[in-house]
Amino acid sequence: MQKVYTNIVQIAGDVVTVEAEGVGYMDIAEISTRRGVSLAQVIRIDSEKVFLQVFAGSRGISTGDKVRFLGHPMRVATGENLLGRIFNGSGLPLDRGPALSEDMVDVGAPPVNPVKRIVPDKMIRTGIPLIDVFNSLVESQKLPIFSIAGEPYNELLSRIAIQAEVDIIILGGMGLKYDDYLFFKETLNKHGSLNRSIFFMHTASDPVVECLLVPDIALAVAEDFALKGKRVLVLLSDMTNFADALKEISITMEQVPSNRGYPGDLYSQLASRYEKAVSFQGAGSITILAVTTMPGDDVTHPVPDNTGYITEGQLYLKGGVIEPFGSLSRLKQQVNGKTRSDHRTIMDMMIQLFANYRQTVEKQSMGFQMSAWDNKLLKYGELFEKNMMSLKVNIPLEKALDLGWQILAESFSPEETGIKRSIIEQYWPKSSR
Amino acid sequence: MKNKRLGRIVRVNANMVVAEVDGHIIQNEVAYILHGSERLKAEVIRVRGKRAEMQVYENTAGLKVGQEVEFSDELLSVELGPGLLGQIFDGLQNPLPALAEKCGFFLKRGVYLEALPDEREWDFTPLVKPGEKVLAGTWLGFVPEKIFKHYIMAPFSLSGSLEVVSIVAQGRYNLKQPVARLRSSDGKMHDVFLQQIWPVKIPIQAYKEKLRPLEPLVTKMRLIDSLFPVSRGGTYCIPGPFGAGKTVLQQLTSRHAEVDIVIIAACGERAGEVVETLKTFPELVDPRTGKPLIDRTVIICNTSSMPVAARESSVYTAATIAEYYRQMGLNVLLLADSTSRWAQAMREMSGRLEEIPGEEAFPAYLESRIASFYERAGLVRLHNGLTGSVTIGGTVSPAGGNFEEPVTQATLKVVGAFHGLSRERSDARRYPSIDPLISWSKYKGFIEKEKEDLGHEFLRRSNEVFQMMKVIGEEGTSLRDYIEYLKGEFFDFVYLQQNAFDAVDESTSKERQIYIFDFIHDILLSEFKLEDKQEALHFFQKLRQLLKTWNSAAWDSEEFKKIEEEIGIFLEEKKSKKAE
Repeated sequence: MQKVYTNIVQIAGDVVTVEAEGVGYMDIAEISTRRGVSLAQVIRIDSEKVFLQVFAGSRGISTGDKVRFLGHPMRVATGENLLGRIFNGSGLPLDRGPALSEDMVDVGAPPVNPVKRIVPDKMIRTGIPLIDVFNSLVESQKLPIFSIAGEPYNELLSRIAIQAEVDIIILGGMGLKYDDYLFFKETLNKHGSLNRSIFFMHTASDPVVECLLVPDIALAVAEDFALKGKRVLVLLSDMTNFADALKEISITMEQVPSNRGYPGDLYSQLASRYEKAVSFQGAGSITILAVTTMPGDDVTHPVPDNTGYITEGQLYLKGGVIEPFGSLSRLKQQVNGKTRSDHRTIMDMMIQLFANYRQTVEKQSMGFQMSAWDNKLLKYGELFEKNMMSLKVNIPLEKALDLGWQILAESFSPEETGIKRSIIEQYWPKSSR
Repeated sequence: MKNKRLGRIVRVNANMVVAEVDGHIIQNEVAYILHGSERLKAEVIRVRGKRAEMQVYENTAGLKVGQEVEFSDELLSVELGPGLLGQIFDGLQNPLPALAEKCGFFLKRGVYLEALPDEREWDFTPLVKPGEKVLAGTWLGFVPEKIFKHYIMAPFSLSGSLEVVSIVAQGRYNLKQPVARLRSSDGKMHDVFLQQIWPVKIPIQAYKEKLRPLEPLVTKMRLIDSLFPVSRGGTYCIPGPFGAGKTVLQQLTSRHAEVDIVIIAACGERAGEVVETLKTFPELVDPRTGKPLIDRTVIICNTSSMPVAARESSVYTAATIAEYYRQMGLNVLLLADSTSRWAQAMREMSGRLEEIPGEEAFPAYLESRIASFYERAGLVRLHNGLTGSVTIGGTVSPAGGNFEEPVTQATLKVVGAFHGLSRERSDARRYPSIDPLISWSKYKGFIEKEKEDLGHEFLRRSNEVFQMMKVIGEEGTSLRDYIEYLKGEFFDFVYLQQNAFDAVDESTSKERQIYIFDFIHDILLSEFKLEDKQEALHFFQKLRQLLKTWNSAAWDSEEFKKIEEEIGIFLEEKKSKKAE
């Protein structure tokens, strides 16, 4: 069944073309070169010509090298044996453990039938007020962190990972710096989470194309665990590198680019990965937190833009804090009605007032006179930034809500807040009334 | 007819497969790729010599050169008949609940189930007698479906005058049993079943005439109904950047809109959103009928991770089902979320066909495709004199939130109302985040024209002052201007903004809108005795809080009247000072 072909007729970019027959679209092949064996995937078939995307890159491939088709799509080993292990972007071990070949599952399984999904309703508590109060994270959510390079996004990711109540953590690194990889490993180790974690690591020094497999492998493994009833948290960092690898391949394949060189199917490609986030009826769940770095802090760049349309909200990391504007959890309404009756009011009003504060700051910076109302807003804004927004704050949701009332009471009289009377009567701190 | 035409695969490029065919090829016919025991549905989209280029409605992994393709002679079609309401289909009209029963958690490719179960029996009551003359689309009888009389019509595909040769008596029949026989003018006989098949890309036109849409469609969203109304049979679009609340707006409309039937086409968007509709609609009660909302809803869902080519068909499938119910004299609302994903599916395919790209790589026929989709909306007079309507509301997801992109621009040319969402409004949590300064509507609403114009005027004026204040500061602004600014803000906060999570505020009836609009109209035109800016700010803040509380009070309740009185007294105080 597994025929070997040696007639490579074209090598361009990281795509090689070989003449072969009976090859299935998306099948996996092994190319043996003098540098070793590399995996490759069929990305186009034209009569006898088969186009292969080579994960280890095409450097050093000779037209006389052997190509062996495995006759099946990409597969990955799953199961308990993977816990605590570290693999590369093709699923080969990077630690000293053995390679695994049991319980193989196909990567890129078909999509979940929407009617078999359930409406998520479990909040994942993080201890970060900007998330818990204003943008609650929900089990089975897919949420990216939009950030410019240099922001502490990996710190935020790992902090959520160790505090979140989940069974398994899977980290998919794409173009990750080696230091960051070590950082993740140490942080998880320090909090005793390493033995429930699995790493799929593609570092910045690995061939670019190899990172294309990382999300698929990580999510295939996650799906297997979720079907067995586990709650899985998948961390992906950084999806912009994944999109750039897609761009590279599509340009090599001479596809018409749509926007800044990215392929026209970028949306579908990203969606098919993010949509793996799911809560199965009668089984486990997959929650995805991904980092999307924004080139030039531009949210209209195709990668963050397409991502924003797919995911259920986004967190903006800017200046070391989660920016209240633009950050959004679309699923928060599923959970924040059941926490405490003032949760939504605090959430809405504090943000509206904070928006007014920002306008006042703008006014102030232009040298305009501050009215009494402006001064109240300034006081409020500073309290909010210091006590609520800082990532140093680590308090449970209920404490954060109480803190919210305290800040409001210190800054305003009840009717200035625009909050409904019934809620004011129940929650407004008595002492300052 | 029955000689099967076969072909063999010569090329595979993602979801585009090329086959070499013996014999003729029909443009847009359906073909099946035979892959082991699987049959994968595809549609011919271009013919070159003996080669048929097809878009495949399934994942193409594993397909090989040389595999057989079977051509069907038929265009992509849907089944129309009783049993559609309350269903959830994929873009190819596969019933998803039945599929889940058969295949479990995942959507196995190549599994196609009957859209409407053949065996189910319906109570049929005839409406015509043998010998009567009828036209395509004439009601021959009806079966009860949920709360509606589902009319069984003479097949839309027939033309000219038809004679009823025979019709069955009242009784129970399934979809496979003929209920009538018609003779067309050329003498041919045609059997009529409870269901008929219709190609999705061709509009159903078995009506007398198309009328101008003049009657407002009440969505119960104050901002839309009072300032940017939509007519029954009209079209509107909702472009907006991500996170601005397009989908929430669509969901609210699907719940509260005063129409008979709502068709939701979830095209290339999140599965989670469909699930929410799916799980909540059976429990939500439609206040107009007292029945669950799902009974008046059909969901066509092709979410973002489902095969891309089926996105295109999902939009057409939804439009065809909407037109079908319009033929029964019903008012149908079709909500498509999002038309940009459909356009992107066209772009992907166009790229694989190596067509010369237009702007942002969209194909050159983008505009005409979008126009012909929205043209399927309309208010029509049926042959029996009754009217029915299809209203289409489509969301657009412009790249980067910039409305100057091809899909938004092509859509704006053909719709009757534009509800543009803005990032600034959603960031400031002003929901619904339809920006009143950029939106427009060509339709007439139920608020008097002069009053509506005045509302617009105040918003514009308020914004002007606000922009001016940014430059010259609050201290440089006159008290008069400042009050105008506050009035506009007040109007925005208490009327335009609506709390979707407040049981009362989330939907406002027509009577209440007219009443409250008049009330606010008077406030906007009133002069108040306010000494300085701080007093003015305080006054409007207080007023705002009173009206917000009023918005949460049930219409005509004791509480409603009590708060109204309180507001009246509060206003009088400031007005009376002026009289001194």
